Amino acid sequence: MENLAKLPKQKKTLRQKLNKEKIAGYIFIAPFIIGFLGFIIVPMLMSFVFSFTRYNILDTPQFIGLENYITMFTGDEVFWKTFKVTLYYVFFSVPLRLIMALFIAMLLVRKSKLSGFYRAVYYLPSIIGSSVAVAILWKRMYASDGVINSLLGLIGIQSDIPWLGREETAIWTLIILAVWQFGSSMLIFLSGLKQIPKTLYESATMDGANKIQQFLQITLPMLTPTIFFNLINQIISGFMAFTQSYIITQGRPRNSTLFYTVYMYQNSFTYSKLGYGCALAWFMVLFVGLITLILFKTQNKWVYYEAER
Amino acid sequence: MNSISIKEKLSSSIYHIVTFVLAIVMIYPLLWMIMSSFKDSSEIFQATHSLFSGTFSLDNYKVGWQGFAGYGFSIFFKNSFIIAGISTIGAVLSSAVVAYGFARCDFKFKSFWFGCMLLAMMLPFQVIMIPQYILFNKMGWVGSYLPIIVPQFFGQGFFIFLNVQFIKGIPRDLDEAANMDGCSIYMIFLKIIVPLIKPALVTSAIFSFMWRWDDFLSPLIYLSDPETYPVSYALKMFADPTAGSDWGAMFAMATLSLVPIFLIFLTMQKYLVEGIASTGIKG
Repeated sequence: MENLAKLPKQKKTLRQKLNKEKIAGYIFIAPFIIGFLGFIIVPMLMSFVFSFTRYNILDTPQFIGLENYITMFTGDEVFWKTFKVTLYYVFFSVPLRLIMALFIAMLLVRKSKLSGFYRAVYYLPSIIGSSVAVAILWKRMYASDGVINSLLGLIGIQSDIPWLGREETAIWTLIILAVWQFGSSMLIFLSGLKQIPKTLYESATMDGANKIQQFLQITLPMLTPTIFFNLINQIISGFMAFTQSYIITQGRPRNSTLFYTVYMYQNSFTYSKLGYGCALAWFMVLFVGLITLILFKTQNKWVYYEAER
Repeated sequence: MNSISIKEKLSSSIYHIVTFVLAIVMIYPLLWMIMSSFKDSSEIFQATHSLFSGTFSLDNYKVGWQGFAGYGFSIFFKNSFIIAGISTIGAVLSSAVVAYGFARCDFKFKSFWFGCMLLAMMLPFQVIMIPQYILFNKMGWVGSYLPIIVPQFFGQGFFIFLNVQFIKGIPRDLDEAANMDGCSIYMIFLKIIVPLIKPALVTSAIFSFMWRWDDFLSPLIYLSDPETYPVSYALKMFADPTAGSDWGAMFAMATLSLVPIFLIFLTMQKYLVEGIASTGIKG
């Protein structure tokens, strides 16, 4: 920039124009702008319009006003069921996963010869956990003649519970699968823990604070930005969970594990009710957006940012 | 002195026992799947929990590799490599270019566009899958790889973010020196920045490949011809008719489908860990 400014005033060639940051910046980010408008904004606006229509992809959409939304809230029991199921899943899986991640991160922050090995083993499930292979594995593990019952038999509990066949246990097999993938949150906590100054703990020890007090008054507050960030990410991805429900339980039994996204998928692609699918998608966007907004509003009540002090 | 060191040893042993046992619990399901894939199909349900058995056979792999409906898994693997490979090239290159614009250039509405980028990063695919489907259907792309691959060529939020962080860490002196020598902004990007951001490019490539490899939802929506299925979707289709009958072959193919991920994990773990720790975003 400075160099260009110092040049004597003369008509700039195309090459010089392209080299100006103002222009070059747009050239560099052009792919993003095109993709953002073309693959996100335009489709989103289209789907907003389609959410007021009856549309089965083959025929021209018919405008039906608010009917999709009215049906959703007043006439569709399955909608409420899947909404509740998904909320239940998020409500338990997200906090449990974060607690597990923090607990293991606290174990692993201690250095030992096996640190690398431990970190790898605990991290591995979160890399492969959302794959179809693991979904199939999970389905087999919790079958009535599966490995879970076999392990229970090993410790003397004879069990032939069909874990996936009962309403009260089926959803928990999916929650356990989600908690099992705590690895990446754990890594984030681990790097957060390493950034806490040792001097804080030293002075706390001198003041006679025990380990639990240190955890509550130093570790936890210092980690709140990390927790906050993790929380938002996990809530969003929790609401978006699809593969688990689609492959492992197919929503059974009696829709008790039918996730919102799977219902959205079924309406759009199985029942060809794309207009209704769009309405469902928009409700989810607004709902998750609202939750994120609320979390951001509450953050100055509990999230501790060092720089503010 | 002595009692302290005994106490320390004891606490260290307890630490290792707890951490080790928990680690075993964590990977037991995977070990079980891998070991079962080498068992005889009939053995999988005798002493179900056991990891080891007398037999070690590759029969499950031979049976599973045949696939279904006349399409073998060699086709599905080839498809997965094509989809994940091209998508990764597109995502890595476009994200690096976009990131350079955000990190080094000053232009109007930059913070607005950066905000859009963060929004795009947070916005899950599930939210835009139906709208995108309608769009791609109108364009006649449904049934091909285009809806899966093409969007990758327009920068991916997570990778843009990762590269921006990385480029910002490179001293501007280098750019300025090159500028003095008459290098254009574009040459500076190619000649100076690209070689220096290799770690960020590698990290992006690893994540991109793993995500595309595991992706199940977009093939489910866009593909209908078995000949075009990637491994993830083929596994699901393979599981449907054979459920309850040939779990050995299922496990063998499921294990195989994870091999590329395992290999990346074993060789590139450093990049994965740093990528997650430095951006704070899940992997």
